Amino acid sequence: MTDISIDQAPKSVDSIQSNYMAQVQRRRLYGGLTLLIFAVLMVSGFNIADDRNAGGFWDGLHQIGDYPADVLSEAWEKRADLPGLIAQYFPALIETINIAAVSTLIGAIGGLFLSLAGTRGLAKWPRLIPLFRRISDMMRAVPEIVIALMLIFVLGGGPVPAMIAIAIHTAGALGKMFSEVAENADLKPVEGLASTGATWAQRMLLGVLPQVAPNYLSYTLLRFEINIRASAILGFVGAGGLGYELRNAMAWGPGRFDEAAAIFVLLFGTIVFFDQVSSRYRNRLTEGERQ
Amino acid sequence: MLKIDFLTKKFGDKTAVDAANISVDKPTMIGIIGRSGAGKSTLLRMVNRLSDATSGTITFEGEEITTLRGAARRDWQSRCAMIFQQFNLVPRMDVVSNVLHGTLNKRSTFATMFNLYPQSDIHKAIEILDRLGIAEQAPKRAEALSGGQQQRVAIARALMQDPKIILADEPIASLDPMNAQVVMQSLRDIHEQDGRMVIANLHTLDTARRYCDRVIGMRDGRIVFDGTPAQLTTGVARDIYGAGAGFSEAATSTEIETLDRSEVRGAEAYA
Repeated sequence: MTDISIDQAPKSVDSIQSNYMAQVQRRRLYGGLTLLIFAVLMVSGFNIADDRNAGGFWDGLHQIGDYPADVLSEAWEKRADLPGLIAQYFPALIETINIAAVSTLIGAIGGLFLSLAGTRGLAKWPRLIPLFRRISDMMRAVPEIVIALMLIFVLGGGPVPAMIAIAIHTAGALGKMFSEVAENADLKPVEGLASTGATWAQRMLLGVLPQVAPNYLSYTLLRFEINIRASAILGFVGAGGLGYELRNAMAWGPGRFDEAAAIFVLLFGTIVFFDQVSSRYRNRLTEGERQ
Repeated sequence: MLKIDFLTKKFGDKTAVDAANISVDKPTMIGIIGRSGAGKSTLLRMVNRLSDATSGTITFEGEEITTLRGAARRDWQSRCAMIFQQFNLVPRMDVVSNVLHGTLNKRSTFATMFNLYPQSDIHKAIEILDRLGIAEQAPKRAEALSGGQQQRVAIARALMQDPKIILADEPIASLDPMNAQVVMQSLRDIHEQDGRMVIANLHTLDTARRYCDRVIGMRDGRIVFDGTPAQLTTGVARDIYGAGAGFSEAATSTEIETLDRSEVRGAEAYA
């Protein structure tokens, strides 16, 4: 069925074929070597890490389920208390979500200014672009928990240091994501507004924000999800909320595992809930409403 | 060979294709014409099984196509190649790799991951490219090629599948007149030399008239015309496009010659 006419220039086709085959062989060789090096590095790296490990990976592997099994079995024995415990820890959950929400809001506003000031073509002071970029690099380079520990040392424990810590990290991270979106924005409307004598703030507000708003909102919602987890973790270092209760429950050891289980249920439920809600909204923002 | 019975596709309460009946008994070059939104693309996508029919059947050589699932559906898709308006190549991969994608149905995912195509397939891919006159572009990235060349790579990918049917969804709508001619001529040659069935959605009447043995006209999801190019008079064309008396074939033509013979064309169509 295939009737392939190679009579026009058989010689050149032959040379194209052999050249391409040589190229394919070379590519396969490089690919194979890369794979080999990768495998060797992975195995040797694992062995080194395992040697340095205090317990030993293979010795500890079979015990991996012991702790969750303890928690689960104790929680199952006291399952009647679970609804009461969930109700008891609900205010702590609200605190955790509040920390995440406020810090996301403040961080997003900070990220917005950092991104507009750090994007080529949009910045008000083009010379200062590297400065704003480094500021946002630094803000997201330091983990929340480090900033929180410092602030707790200064301000004392509670939700406010956690909020500030997460907001700083969020501003840095969103500044980076926002500026990548802004870089792809169409500059023609901005030029059009500039031609009417609009100020920088007016140009950004009317020329850039409408274009990037769906993406910005989508990234902000993603960050909100991340921040709920972060604010739960910060409770461990004394910043209040659900994490603080979880640390207490876990540190007490057997006997209070039912409380730990209740907190886990709350935390999982919250994260799944906000994950679903935000992914639905993000889809709608990026794909537009379905008719 | 190919029989389409009461094929219907609904999107919500909107009917894109309304009880289409088409019967083809031997490999033919068929052109489907009609306005944008008439359901041409939806029809082709259902034949390829890129989208599912709401009701109705497609039968090919006695085999029911509309109910195929999983591997059987992918096997059918490998026998029924598709060419798109925007070429739908992988832009960052080289031309030969794009053509080799035509054999994916026969390859395991593992072999694909490591780019392990047999030498005979690679040689065949380059021979097909040579047949379409673009063998020199073989090692280049697909995105580096012009539109007409990319569409020929897409045709090469389709040929690599060794299909019984080639479906072409507006294959020349993004091309300039010169490249449009090369691409349409390639499809015609494939039909004549290999005896493959070609079904092409076209949005210019004269292309359908010049290259196809049979023309099907669609309007609002319904098939309103099915016949030879000679039977496609200007009056019929006005019906298909829902156009008024101001409609002239020359106005939508992409052929260079039309510039010189617009009056001749008009007179011919009226006759």
